[in-house]
Amino acid sequence: MSDMLTHGGSGHRKQAAVVPRSEVVREPAETREFSVVEKPLSLFERLYNQAWIRKVVILVLLAGVWEIYGRWLNNPLLFPTFSATIEAFFRSIASGELPGKAWASIHVLLIGYACGIALAAVLTAAAITSRIGTDFLETMTSMLNPLPAIALLPLALIWFGLGNGSLIFVLVHSVTWSVALNTHSGFLSVSNTLKMVGRNYGLRGGRYVLQILVPAAFPSILTGLKIGWAFAWRTLIAAELVFGVSAGSGGLGWFIYENKNLLDIANVFAGLFTVILIGLAVENLIFRVLERHTVQRWGMQS
Amino acid sequence: MRAALDTAAYPDTSPLLSVRGVTLQYKTPKTLVMATYRVDFDVFRGDRFILLGPSGCGKSTLLKSVGGYLAPTEGTISLKGKTVTRPGPDRMMVFQEFDQLLPWKTVRQNVMFALQASRRLYGKEIEDRAMHYIDKVNLSAFADSYPHTLSGGMKQRVAIARGMAMEPDILLMDEPFAALDALTRRKMQDELLSLWDETRFTVLFVTHSIPEAIKVGSRILLLSPHPGQVKAELETAATPEAAIALEKRIQHMLFEDEIARAENV
Repeated sequence: MSDMLTHGGSGHRKQAAVVPRSEVVREPAETREFSVVEKPLSLFERLYNQAWIRKVVILVLLAGVWEIYGRWLNNPLLFPTFSATIEAFFRSIASGELPGKAWASIHVLLIGYACGIALAAVLTAAAITSRIGTDFLETMTSMLNPLPAIALLPLALIWFGLGNGSLIFVLVHSVTWSVALNTHSGFLSVSNTLKMVGRNYGLRGGRYVLQILVPAAFPSILTGLKIGWAFAWRTLIAAELVFGVSAGSGGLGWFIYENKNLLDIANVFAGLFTVILIGLAVENLIFRVLERHTVQRWGMQS
Repeated sequence: MRAALDTAAYPDTSPLLSVRGVTLQYKTPKTLVMATYRVDFDVFRGDRFILLGPSGCGKSTLLKSVGGYLAPTEGTISLKGKTVTRPGPDRMMVFQEFDQLLPWKTVRQNVMFALQASRRLYGKEIEDRAMHYIDKVNLSAFADSYPHTLSGGMKQRVAIARGMAMEPDILLMDEPFAALDALTRRKMQDELLSLWDETRFTVLFVTHSIPEAIKVGSRILLLSPHPGQVKAELETAATPEAAIALEKRIQHMLFEDEIARAENV
């Protein structure tokens, strides 16, 4: 604007160029004169743009390589074929053994996960309300985050005995620190403007945290939940493998261990397959859908 | 205007916002910075009051202090006779940053949430009021869009609609158009003025642009830099000729120190 007002003073700049030129004013061309403005992509391009189709192709190729190698090796004790694994997988599902074991694992996992998140929420709440809480969280996280949960299992066995108590203890350890760390760093990175907006509305205390900080930090919180889930799932299977021997019902880890002892390697593969499937399902169905309906829709993550 | 009815008990002849001898200081990790020194001014109902000055004159800090985010180290700020102590919905802020809208809410929800969170209204009234002001800033067609799909100018219009929907005693605008391109900025200034013609709200507006101050304001407080002190309090110009003269006068007042220094060398 200022240059508009001071324009009169800059008349001396309007000296003619070397070659005299007239001004040009044009109307834009009619739209029907363009041959193509938008054109749909070819079928192959559209299919290739779908991430899930590309991934399915990769999986099919891997299964093919597995099948060929298994047949060539011809040693079901070392490396059963893909088809034998699938057969064992469906047999175990039909007999109800695999679903039962999977549910036993997931049941313990959900309890541990929920407890871990609750503990993380308490720690993070303490960390954002007081400086000593922040110090506590930072110290505990830097100390305990690098400690593999499974390393605590011997201690857990002494404290809680054989059974779900010990499993839940190690699960809580594996979930809490990553969730708390990510949530806290998410809260710290909430923009100052948003914080001021929240306070402008007169929000304070719990309402301020729940209605402003939590949604604003949701991308980080979601990352924490995903990492926590992956840690918990790995820890659980490993823990079951270690002491599943004496646990009564047992989960997927115990299923794998038991079938190894029976030298039923196709079933061991079926057990591993289930572990992978559940991991994939949670990642792609639950977390992906959650992401699409929250942070992606809000434009906080592309 | 409804807000006018609510506050009818407060006389129009005394200032709505009164800033008396306000000194503001804030700490950086290494130093204590004095942002303003003993600033006085009064804002009356219906004023379009501008805080104008070069960067570093503490005008934004002063506005944040009126907003209740920063307590003065000396002096008082009072709104309708009550000392300002903390942020509240009677002083709605419109910020310069585009991220002032809650990204997890649509345009409509953003405006509605302000009303819900501050418990200004209840039930059906909330949506009616929100849509009324969204319509006023010509964004009805985008009521269900999320902020990240809007342009910068549209985001600022939502922020203005949100501020106005709360029908605050005073609207605090912190360089709301500074991050916009020049064409959009001019359009927004015109829109703000026509909104003011309709509702006659009171606004305290911070800017570093002299033409913007002359165009948008009805009264201009001129601040000198480091620390901010009141240099002048001026009426705006009524005619284009007067505007040009006023711009020259303000320019001279703001830069006379520099001119004098340059002449002494």
